Amino acid sequence: MSRRTASVIPGFGLTLGYTLTYLALVVLIPLGAMFLFSFQLTLEQWWNLISNRQVLFSLKLSFGTALAAALLNGILGTVIAWVLVRYSFPGRRIIDAMVDMPFALPTAVAGIALTALYAPNGLIGSLFPFKIAYTPLGITLALVFVTLPFVVRTLQPVLADFPKEVEEAAACLGAKPLQVFWHVLLPSLLPAWITGFALAFARGVGEYGSVVFIAGNIPMKTEILPLLIVSKLDQYDYPGATAIGVLMLVVSFILLLLINMLQRRIQPPI
Amino acid sequence: MSLATLGKNRTRPASRSPGAIALIVIAWAVFAVILVLPLYIVVTQGLSRGLAFFWEAIREPDAISALKLTLLATAISVPLNLVFGVAAAWAVTKFEFRGKSILVTLIDMPFSVSPVVAGLIYVLLFGAQSKLAPYLQEQNLQIIYAVPGIVLATLFVTFPFVARELIPLMEEQGTTEEEAARLLGANGWQMFWHVTLPNVKWALVYGVVLCTARAMGEFGAVSVVSGHIRGYTNTLPLHIEILYNEYNIVAAFSVAILLLLMALIVLLLRQWSEARLSRQLKANQDI
Repeated sequence: MSRRTASVIPGFGLTLGYTLTYLALVVLIPLGAMFLFSFQLTLEQWWNLISNRQVLFSLKLSFGTALAAALLNGILGTVIAWVLVRYSFPGRRIIDAMVDMPFALPTAVAGIALTALYAPNGLIGSLFPFKIAYTPLGITLALVFVTLPFVVRTLQPVLADFPKEVEEAAACLGAKPLQVFWHVLLPSLLPAWITGFALAFARGVGEYGSVVFIAGNIPMKTEILPLLIVSKLDQYDYPGATAIGVLMLVVSFILLLLINMLQRRIQPPI
Repeated sequence: MSLATLGKNRTRPASRSPGAIALIVIAWAVFAVILVLPLYIVVTQGLSRGLAFFWEAIREPDAISALKLTLLATAISVPLNLVFGVAAAWAVTKFEFRGKSILVTLIDMPFSVSPVVAGLIYVLLFGAQSKLAPYLQEQNLQIIYAVPGIVLATLFVTFPFVARELIPLMEEQGTTEEEAARLLGANGWQMFWHVTLPNVKWALVYGVVLCTARAMGEFGAVSVVSGHIRGYTNTLPLHIEILYNEYNIVAAFSVAILLLLMALIVLLLRQWSEARLSRQLKANQDI
């Protein structure tokens, strides 16, 4: 523990000690318990538990739908962030405020509302000749709702801080608006965009509440990874649940590290 | 995503090229279809059998006991995570030490863990198959499928909220004001109450608001540890699930209206605390 200067500000030992103790009690020990429990399995057993058809299917479904939703939000979120920062138009403030709705709304409420909306007899579902709810498409749309704020909220501040002079310089040098976007704006927005994308993807892979209702939970059709953990727990299959849990935790930890690395690139250390 | 970055001023020319109009229309469409329609569904479905039915649905004993448990879990986890958030932000932003970025990453952990995994870790730690089970039984302590499990799961999922709102802001504010207070003779608590707290209060309010909203709305983690015992281990979101799965759909939406109102209050408080924060930042710049 090396401090930069002999600080006159008190409370280092107290606050750091409390932080570490509380972190250990609430987060680290329970997470460690899961790893400890998973060590009772040999690597081969673990592999067998996660490589059966049902788990592999759920794995593909969860990652596929989360990826599709994150990509869609990568586009929609960029448009919304752009519009909110660059233009003034009627309703701008209310859209800006409501972007956070998916964060504030409990996932179970979102889940039943989206199911009613996209069900075959629902307001949107009845407009389409094919089924939306109870299919992977329905899961993707639920994830689009839940993860919409991520890309918007990571891009917005970066876009707002982007110096107008750089774009103007490019325009003066003869660049067309799209060229300015591709060659000037996009490269500097990319770290923030990927951060938002990764946050949305990570949330999408683990999302449960808003998805269970619209998924319909048909094995080998719409059974997502978190749901598989729940059904294994319902059958008291602790090793099976743990094997999937460890897998999901490792994936989310890798994504978290990636996000932190990117965030350091957005805000270079002074 | 924190208040600190959103509070800055932006300049918006009212340009009206065809491209701009097209983009604005897309934004409006996304807003209406993705964000507003689900809310409209909640309200219309919840009230589709009239106010009397709605009133009955939110006043039945199971709903009341679910509300009580939700409030209990919130009342325990929010203050604990508030104290933690302030302590963590203090340690991380006012001092330099090795391993700081790892600590910040670990504080963020609960955000990226699936809610179901959050529930699972407590089941593994305290459930019937765990090493602690015989001891817990001896003490007659039931944690999983009981209220303590629900509180623990709520504590876990709301863990980072306050810390995450405070850290970026306090990072930006630095330590000069606190150092000045100390040099002028303030003791540690005086410095904290009169210098640090006024500087961060709006971010603190917003962190607490977010923490409360998540605590009241958490579904996945709580669902895993609850066991769904009616009138005993059901929170409001779990109560909605049970009603929905019993095809008591209107009642489910009636209860959902309560949580929707909570979400709207959260958004209003966010606007309010953001406006206060940006006013404060501007005032500080003027000095």
